[in-house]
Amino acid sequence: MIINKAGRELPDKIGNYIVKPYQGPWDVEPCNKPVYSNRKPSVTPRTGSKVVKTLKEAVLASGLRDGMTISFHHCFREGDQIIGQVLTAIRELGIKNLKFAPSAVVNIKEPSLVDFVRDGTITSIEASGIRGELGDSVMKGLMDVPVILRPHGARPRAIEAGELSIDVAFIGASAADEYGNATGQIGPNACGSLGYSFIDATTADKVVIVTDYLVDFPCVPVSISQQYVDIVAVVDKIGDSAKIGAGAARMTRNPRDLLIAERSAALIAASRLFRNGFSFQTGAGAISIACTNYLARRMEEKDIKASFALGGMTANIVDMYRKGQVRVLECSQSFDSVAARAMAEETNIIEIDNALYSNPHSKGSLLDKLNFGVLGALEVDTDFNINILTGSGGEMLGGLGGGPDVAAGANISILTIPIVRGRTPSVVKNVFTLCTPGETIAAVVTEAGIALNPKHKYYDELKEDLEKTNLKIVTIEKLRQIAESMTGVPKPIECTDKVVCIVEYRDGTVIDVIRQIKQ
Amino acid sequence: MERKVTLKRTSLYVSCANPANMNQAVFYNEDCLVYDLEDSVPPAEKDAARLLAYHTVRYHRPEGKYVLIRVNGIYSEFFEDDLEAAVRARPDALRIPKVESAAEVRMVSEKIGKIETAAGIEVGSTELWCNIESYLGVLRAEEIAKADPRVVALALGAEDFTASMKATRTKKGIEILYARNAILLACRNAGIDALDAVFSDINDEEGLREDTMLAKNLGFDGKTVVHPCQIDIVNSYFTPSEKEIRYALRVLAVVEEGRKMNKGAVTLDGSMIDKPMELRARTTLAQAAAAGIKIGGLGSDNK
Repeated sequence: MIINKAGRELPDKIGNYIVKPYQGPWDVEPCNKPVYSNRKPSVTPRTGSKVVKTLKEAVLASGLRDGMTISFHHCFREGDQIIGQVLTAIRELGIKNLKFAPSAVVNIKEPSLVDFVRDGTITSIEASGIRGELGDSVMKGLMDVPVILRPHGARPRAIEAGELSIDVAFIGASAADEYGNATGQIGPNACGSLGYSFIDATTADKVVIVTDYLVDFPCVPVSISQQYVDIVAVVDKIGDSAKIGAGAARMTRNPRDLLIAERSAALIAASRLFRNGFSFQTGAGAISIACTNYLARRMEEKDIKASFALGGMTANIVDMYRKGQVRVLECSQSFDSVAARAMAEETNIIEIDNALYSNPHSKGSLLDKLNFGVLGALEVDTDFNINILTGSGGEMLGGLGGGPDVAAGANISILTIPIVRGRTPSVVKNVFTLCTPGETIAAVVTEAGIALNPKHKYYDELKEDLEKTNLKIVTIEKLRQIAESMTGVPKPIECTDKVVCIVEYRDGTVIDVIRQIKQ
Repeated sequence: MERKVTLKRTSLYVSCANPANMNQAVFYNEDCLVYDLEDSVPPAEKDAARLLAYHTVRYHRPEGKYVLIRVNGIYSEFFEDDLEAAVRARPDALRIPKVESAAEVRMVSEKIGKIETAAGIEVGSTELWCNIESYLGVLRAEEIAKADPRVVALALGAEDFTASMKATRTKKGIEILYARNAILLACRNAGIDALDAVFSDINDEEGLREDTMLAKNLGFDGKTVVHPCQIDIVNSYFTPSEKEIRYALRVLAVVEEGRKMNKGAVTLDGSMIDKPMELRARTTLAQAAAAGIKIGGLGSDNK
């Protein structure tokens, strides 16, 4: 057993996986070899078309065999119908024992992903999260090989370091031409930025574009260009547009969420970094969207303009851009249809590679330049460690997303969280699963007050800035007391010794493991 | 008993049939929090609500707020049990619905006194807010306001009042104008606080602002609110102006001087400063502080 720098107990080996224990947010050197890729020089088809009529044909043409690794992106969110269709075609061809490596796994209900594991089509999984039925089954011990969970920035890092090797990438695109130029910005089921799939396009051995909307050659805009694409599979429907992300998300009316959002915006506005040219990332989620709106108001009051907004975009951030409040939107994901289509319409709303957004082992990710990042979580403990994976009953409720990346990159990382959710305290002594290390979290904003982390590198400045305001600053310990005085202390969740998930940090070290829940 | 300054800019009702809301209500900026056993609690849940109110106020009382429990009506089957639990929970005050006479107030005060004695609570420490919700209540507001030293505020209940008058409730509120003024007159005469009625459309921010502006201009000390989204807006209207703050500072300066020199009576600009005026000055400064206005000497930053 090892104890890593975050205080978590880890086995030194889990099956064939050698555990490199977490050593600190910025302490690990990148791998010292040229970037790894499965892409080979190839010859293009003389027919001038890469189109196949069925997914089965596409799978066969890709040369997919037992034991290989397949990948998908998650940009269609709950409306995705590609993953299910592709896996069904694979299963019908009798291909088994695959490693399933999407950029995240959203909660697809039909078909059930658990069935593909049970029948042996999929025998290992690497993703940033596995919520829903699949996640709960994994927690109960579904898989023989532990699932590897990585934050967004760690996926391109791991691929370039040779830790994750993709054989066939299935990339859903809402529009494509017959030669493989593809995008998510136009078409009836537009999902917006395809940034999470760029690394797959450039490093997989074979790349299959899956689309329901073939356009005349050449497709513009080009998110993924033809030089990386082997096959174009045309299906009837790639997704449910309503679930992909319909119109602009309405701002929440929940007074608690509004209070937390307003307080977060006030914290940002009080900081000395809030000045012309600042940058921010707020993202989706009820509190985040409200926070963005309050921030926009304060920017207008003080006549402050941002240089860029980063990460997942929503309609209200697009609005800010159109009003001239933000110069550039660096868009790694689009959370609603307004944001999805805005890239094709506006010059400085640009689609970015997820690696550009968050890869820690590159020549510079945009997170390095980020002033403020707003995060959500399921739990935070009195060392400011965050849990964004597991719920109070031992369910898989979330995904790592880009949380650990934003926390490490932003000057001031702000966690917004209600101190209790129903009967469960959110501020606890020790989080059940440690995903983001406390020393990368600057502030926790709750309805009961704001706690600043004395171990964060910006603590002194932030404290000084906030003391000039009326904002209620309390200790994290006080927040825990308030939470537990309302809910009591929950019984600890009992686990067996079997590791079901390995939670990697940005650099590939292991920050925590999740063990099987005792039935 | 020395009356201390308590801000009553906003008082928020929270139903004791809704524990989630009870948990959340303590985090907003309301000055006063009213744990309700009356209109927001269905009959089948009156007993559970009573127990929850007792437990919450007695053992999980929010800090920094003036805490009340609104009991059921004096003639209801729940009143006696409500009173017993509510007094023993030790809130700052009880809020009594539909008060219509000074005799009722004295009766309630006596009952409370007995419970205070039995529970070892300082007799007279439990204050009373009287809800005026009918034409009789309005007609007798003057005597109700002076009926007992426990009474520190009257609050207008506009929906029930309008019903008793066979009037139509409107947002502009002309039908409650007389009632508002009658209550204000009674409260000023008795030296206590006057609370304006609820604005029930929580989606109409503009309407809330107009209504609150009117209440402030008429002279109300605060307003009852029904949803947290109304709190910050209403609080903002009860923030004193710079002129009012400066006047209050002057009042307190002469009072302090008078104390030092052992003077019996003090004057400012030719007028006598009595205890209620001193209390109003302290309240003005407390409102200013609550609104985040920093008051200081030279070099202080009043942005």
